[in-house]
Amino acid sequence: MFNLTLSELSQALSQGQFSSLELTQALLERIKRLDSQYNSFITLSEEQALLQAKAADASRAAGHATPLTGLPVAHKDLFCTQGIRTSCGSRMLDNFVSPYNATLVERLNQAGMVTLGKTNMDEFAMGSSNESSYYGPARNPWDSQRVPGGSSGGSAAAVAARLVPAATGSDTGGSIRQPAALCGITGLKPTYGRISRYGMIAYASSFDQAGPMTRSAEDAALLLQAMAGEDPLDSTCAVHPVPDYRASLNNSLSGLRIGLPKEYFAEGTDPEILQRVREAVAEFEKMGAQVKEVSLPNTQLSIPAYYILAPAEASSNLSRFDGVRYGHRCAAPKDLEDLYKRTREEGFGTEVKRRIMVGTYALSEGFYDAYYRKAQQIRRLIQQDFVRVLQDVDVIMAPVTPCAAFPLGEKNSDPVSMYMEDVFTLSLNLAGLPGMSIPCGFSGHLPVGLQLIGNYFDEARLLNIAHQYQQVTDWHQHTPANLSED
Amino acid sequence: MSLDRSDVERIAHLARLAIHEPEIPEYTESLNSILSLIDQMQATPTDGIEPLAHPLDAVQRLRSDVVTEANQRDSLQACAPAVEDGLFLVPKVIE
Repeated sequence: MFNLTLSELSQALSQGQFSSLELTQALLERIKRLDSQYNSFITLSEEQALLQAKAADASRAAGHATPLTGLPVAHKDLFCTQGIRTSCGSRMLDNFVSPYNATLVERLNQAGMVTLGKTNMDEFAMGSSNESSYYGPARNPWDSQRVPGGSSGGSAAAVAARLVPAATGSDTGGSIRQPAALCGITGLKPTYGRISRYGMIAYASSFDQAGPMTRSAEDAALLLQAMAGEDPLDSTCAVHPVPDYRASLNNSLSGLRIGLPKEYFAEGTDPEILQRVREAVAEFEKMGAQVKEVSLPNTQLSIPAYYILAPAEASSNLSRFDGVRYGHRCAAPKDLEDLYKRTREEGFGTEVKRRIMVGTYALSEGFYDAYYRKAQQIRRLIQQDFVRVLQDVDVIMAPVTPCAAFPLGEKNSDPVSMYMEDVFTLSLNLAGLPGMSIPCGFSGHLPVGLQLIGNYFDEARLLNIAHQYQQVTDWHQHTPANLSED
Repeated sequence: MSLDRSDVERIAHLARLAIHEPEIPEYTESLNSILSLIDQMQATPTDGIEPLAHPLDAVQRLRSDVVTEANQRDSLQACAPAVEDGLFLVPKVIE
């Protein structure tokens, strides 16, 4: 049961092999038994899950099942869930129970999914290792001494450890793709605005995008179908038709034009990773794809541009945490300023404070043009690079990360070395383009991800490409060796 | 340029973050290393490049000016640290 994908589970439920209640109980039991090894969940929502599972079984019996009815899911702990704590990995929201559901949560609930719980993450989604979580880091199921990646590290670890067949994530600078790569699962960051941000606690609003984290591209298509689309509650959510993502999964890749950006294959990346990516590209050539080298010359600039713009937006977004309306409040404030300052000092961790300060500085009087405006101009250059290249090719293929999962603690003390982890993922968020990470082999005992980058709103093509690859390879089916099979 | 201790104290104040004396050197050092990473972009000429604020260059959508929400004050205040008679409580602001 634990090794089945969403699509397989959906079939098993419809054939009556087991009920959603049995599936839910079995997974909850497995999480309770094993998650002390992975720390992938912050909160389990057992009571609600059992109710949802019973309701799903009743709805199926009444003939109202959707393809997602009764299927378990876990939500990254930045999606607001009514009645279930939403901590955002922070002491600031340790006591926060949202009065409403995020649109994404609401949609998956409506489709009949069962929420098992909320997954661990870097505090306020700021991090690439899950180590900035107030609840301690999640651990990589492939090697428990290594990070699962971040910020959606708990979602990736839970899916990789077969604790849940799918989870939601969010990707502001790589936070779906990087942990998906490091944990050997499939992760999709859709086009900016494809999925509503309503009820997703904001980090950097012009970058944040939710997406599915699954064990196959087919499952990602299934989830995206339910998650995507216009939302009156989020004015930045795109008004753009949602295609049938599963209908095109089996399209032929003959004649597909693949671009390999030379800047992503330069020195500094683990040679094993580059080799795995080239091997994956060779598989596509066998399927009739054509490959050419392309250039994204401003790639290196995405790190400085991102680390101005995202902290600037964060410093504004996180000003709402003031100890007045929700969340942590310091004891015995002597005046309003003391209330703000001590509440925020106590509620936020070090990396969050750093980014708030960088953003505050970049937006402060006298520095705006040199930092914020400059970074926005570079953002335009990076976008133009992609727009130009995507006129000539259908998809860009590249590594997701410069190295495989690194040891816990290795980069945690030096923010700059942690930021360099994001070199291959940030540029898509700056441009707002969709990207995927799919497993394409190993470096030693650790999984390697292949990144697929597509044009705006071309998620269907990315899913098609990923699915075809997963028909001729089995990297996505590998499981960590020490995984409990019972 | 490089930040010193007083810059860090000023930034922390602007961000309404209390900062403990012993932490200031560490924040100063890490903020300076982040800023030197960021300063790599200064070498790239960007004259005449239109800043990009939204990846799809979208404009704000408008909706009709009608009431769409019911009053949910009680449920929205249920997660507040201190409320009384439907009001959020804060330390005394006006003497």
